[in-house]
Amino acid sequence: MRWLLLKDLRILRRSPLLVALLVLYPVVIALLVGVALSSGPSKPKVAFANLVAPGEAQINVGGRQLDATNYASELFDKVDPIRVDTREDAIAKVRSGEALGALVIPPDVIERLQGTLGLGGGERPAVEVYYSAENPLKRRYVQATIDSTLADANKALSDEIFKQAARYLNLIVVGGSLSLPIVGDVDILGLRNAQAIVDGALATLPRDSESRPALAQVSRFARLAANNLDVSKPILASIGSPVRVEEKAIAGSKTSLDVFAVEVAVVISLMNVALLLAAGMLALEREEHAFGRLVRGLVSRTGLLLEKIGLAGLCGWALAILMLAVLAAILGLDWSRTPAWLAALAFAALAFAALGVAIGALTREVRAASLLAFMLALPIAALALVPSGAVGGTLYDGIRIVSGAFPFKPALDALDAALSGGGLAAPLAHLAALTAGFALFARLTLRRFA
Amino acid sequence: MAASQTDAPAALLAQALSKSYGVRRALQEVSFSAAPGELLAIIGPNGAGKTTLLQILAGALEPTAGSVSLDPGEVGWVPQQPAIYSKLSVRENLLLFARLEKVADVHETVGRMLEQAGLSDRAGDPVGTLSGGNQQRVNIAVGLLGDPAVLLLDEPSSALDPRQRERLWEFVSALAREGGTTVVYSTHNVVEAERYADRLLVLADGELLFAGTPAELERATGEHEAIDFEGAFVRFLRSRGH
Repeated sequence: MRWLLLKDLRILRRSPLLVALLVLYPVVIALLVGVALSSGPSKPKVAFANLVAPGEAQINVGGRQLDATNYASELFDKVDPIRVDTREDAIAKVRSGEALGALVIPPDVIERLQGTLGLGGGERPAVEVYYSAENPLKRRYVQATIDSTLADANKALSDEIFKQAARYLNLIVVGGSLSLPIVGDVDILGLRNAQAIVDGALATLPRDSESRPALAQVSRFARLAANNLDVSKPILASIGSPVRVEEKAIAGSKTSLDVFAVEVAVVISLMNVALLLAAGMLALEREEHAFGRLVRGLVSRTGLLLEKIGLAGLCGWALAILMLAVLAAILGLDWSRTPAWLAALAFAALAFAALGVAIGALTREVRAASLLAFMLALPIAALALVPSGAVGGTLYDGIRIVSGAFPFKPALDALDAALSGGGLAAPLAHLAALTAGFALFARLTLRRFA
Repeated sequence: MAASQTDAPAALLAQALSKSYGVRRALQEVSFSAAPGELLAIIGPNGAGKTTLLQILAGALEPTAGSVSLDPGEVGWVPQQPAIYSKLSVRENLLLFARLEKVADVHETVGRMLEQAGLSDRAGDPVGTLSGGNQQRVNIAVGLLGDPAVLLLDEPSSALDPRQRERLWEFVSALAREGGTTVVYSTHNVVEAERYADRLLVLADGELLFAGTPAELERATGEHEAIDFEGAFVRFLRSRGH
């Protein structure tokens, strides 16, 4: 078997294009995933037309001047703005494809906002958003970005309003000075001071004074009002975010999206390398007509299969380790679990290689084996990534059964457990069973051929 | 022609070989023997069972019934299409199969085979760059690595031009005449069978119709007018209902 292994390695060495593809493919995938995860999404280009006249972006909230442009600027942290002067220009940018969307601030937005904040009634202010419908994904991306930014701006504004409201409440409760336009500074007595004054007056009155019950009633009201208005501050604070979210995972791993992306990229690369190599190298024996010569006493069919599984598994394993090491360095994964990574990748590599020899045993040519391997690999990877709840219950059960019959899903589970600290035994046992099953299938299939 | 073949002890003995694929009978109780140094040609129409018979003799295919006197390791087998690796050089192919055959002195044996096959000057060339004739020489050299007493050749000249065929048969004849190797080969070319074989086996529909010399086959047609060997062969098959 040693000589066969050396022969295959020599053939691989003399197939530079194939080897380059096998080596470069996972490295390129690793780099792409790494760059994508480390750099984050780029900012979408959005046309921005601010039709509010210069110097008129001030809002008065409780006597305090706020600049609305401060809130608009939050948007520019998330998008790459193309500033234009008119609504028509903004729409034209979207139509031409130069911008993915457009945000137009109408000229009356400040006036309406001031009316709303001053409880003056009237229509609520609105901004206009235009999307390109050329690509639903792009539209959704821009829509989500602008919506979330506007939500942030609304939240910031409501926080500011809450602060002003809280200050008013405080003035009413404890008293103080309030600055009003035109009128100037006004002293506010406050409920607690009022109660103190009334209580002082009560103390000077005779016990049978007719004024005493009325003044006692005023004092009680002032105390109750002050106490209850103090309590109303947290209620006001909850208006901005009435619902608090508590997240608790009840099943599966706590793997982050970044780590999951790494797992998928590594397992797909491992699958392609081990599967194609095993299928191709076994099919090559028959394409070169050497199979019959080998199995008439020189090598057993079982030995030949084990050699191909070993070769493809080893190559896939080595490349997967390289890829995972690059991504781990980029993402700063925990290196202390390296032995678990190696075990998970080794079991996965052997299972994919066993599936590869099963494919290779079915075909007579390398091209047919490669095509069959690709046609099988893509659907099993896609099926394994279908989340529960995305399809009906019965269909999902069917998908789980199909995914469980191929190595992709257990390989993903094993790598996830290795990276995230979950239980490795079950996915490794699953992979070992699949390795044995596919190797047996290949062995039985090879009985047909001389 | 090898002298007194029938008196010598058999180098190869096949007894009642049969092979069935479901209900189809590819070979039906074929028995024959071959003497040391004998050149034995197996001829017959397409689907006669020639390759099946050679594969069973080589141990590459299990017979449904019957037996072969030699183990696969004692027989050299040269399949119809070169069973060698095109990306490896001539020498690397020979070294690989010599090691798998567990030949005692690998390098000496490979050197001798290169010399014998006339490929010493092409030893470093990848097999894929060789002509069809030279690839067939490498194919035969691999079959001879274990120094077998019996060499089985399946349609060895089918892909060769006349000049390459001539050189091939010189090489094969020398193996039998000078080396004492028993050579059993199948061919579609009945002229080659007549010219180079000591004896013929005629197969049709898996049945052995004739075993004897080319001259005996001609006589068996019962025709006394002057016809060529190919004509005699076709008449023989017709006379047996094929």
